[in-house]
Amino acid sequence: MAMPVSYYLRTSKMPHIWCAGCGHGIVLGAVLRAIDSLGLDKDQVCVVSGIGCASRAPGYLDFNTLHTTHGRAIAFATGIKMVKPEMKVIVLTGDGDAAAIGGNHLIHAARRNIGIATVCFNNSIYGMTNGQYSPMTPTGSYASTAPYGNIEEPFDLCDLVYAAGASYVARGSAYHAILLWKLIAKAIATDGFSFVEAITQCPTYYGRRNKMRSAVEMLKWQKEHGVTVAGAAKMPAEDLAGKFRIGELGARTRPEYTRRYAAIIDAAQRGEGGERDA
Amino acid sequence: MPGSIEAGPAIEGRPTDNPVEINQKWCKGCDICVAFCPKEVLTRPEGGKAQAAHPEKCTRCGLCEVLCPDLAIVVTPAARKGASPRGQGGVSDA
Repeated sequence: MAMPVSYYLRTSKMPHIWCAGCGHGIVLGAVLRAIDSLGLDKDQVCVVSGIGCASRAPGYLDFNTLHTTHGRAIAFATGIKMVKPEMKVIVLTGDGDAAAIGGNHLIHAARRNIGIATVCFNNSIYGMTNGQYSPMTPTGSYASTAPYGNIEEPFDLCDLVYAAGASYVARGSAYHAILLWKLIAKAIATDGFSFVEAITQCPTYYGRRNKMRSAVEMLKWQKEHGVTVAGAAKMPAEDLAGKFRIGELGARTRPEYTRRYAAIIDAAQRGEGGERDA
Repeated sequence: MPGSIEAGPAIEGRPTDNPVEINQKWCKGCDICVAFCPKEVLTRPEGGKAQAAHPEKCTRCGLCEVLCPDLAIVVTPAARKGASPRGQGGVSDA
């Protein structure tokens, strides 16, 4: 049965610290509705985060939660999943936390295909430290460290994670909140490593510097620039410039890491498969 | 009287009170719900919090609930025969 979002919150910690109009609350709502739609018991779920605005999320959540060091959420989550493979381990992370500081953990978790669902709150900026550009800041955008515009190209994080070996990658946005919720639900239900990039808005440090003065304007930007995978397939490449694809971007079946690990322990205990037997 | 012209015909079991509940302690007044409500149910006084000013226009689509960044809005789905209180008719079935 569907429960209200507040059922999954530590309501005594609310209201949250995010700015008025920050999209992180919308993404968090999508995560909670996804968990609810899967009918997961609270004790069956562990939510892990690193450092940054997005990483404040688990503090408000009534699950097993862990707020860790910068970029290391996936490393801690790997430990939890190894010890409790039956648990649903969910990482909530920002674009700086996941793509810069924790970039290596991200690609190697995908390579191993360990059963962790990662939701990256991509607001294109380091919000908590006043708006430095991140590896996800679009070229030409302004940031406190790019006062003349960003000269770097951002990652396509979904392509990166899929190329590294993840079982499932998808992208949604705060504006496309219902789609985002469905994508996150699929990610959590995925057997191996899954990754959902959630395009979200930082009106305080990104919007104001980039001619979008309100959260409403930023959500309208997401509405106008998000193109479904099916729609994008029919569009010429030049029309897709500056737009982002939303929906399921990759899904495949690969062996999940903790089960491979359990299998090799099992084989070793039976005295099989060691190098001396080769 | 339930089922005024504006609210449409009365639906059996449908509560006639305000379907949009806004937690005033959590709302930060960002205007997202006001801007995106397709029926202009919501308003916000200058410097204040969101209010359901026209609950009779609400179709219970739930968009304000999923787009509220403060997790402050709950839309009560229309009650239907044999349905659990929150089980049907909301965006969760979308």
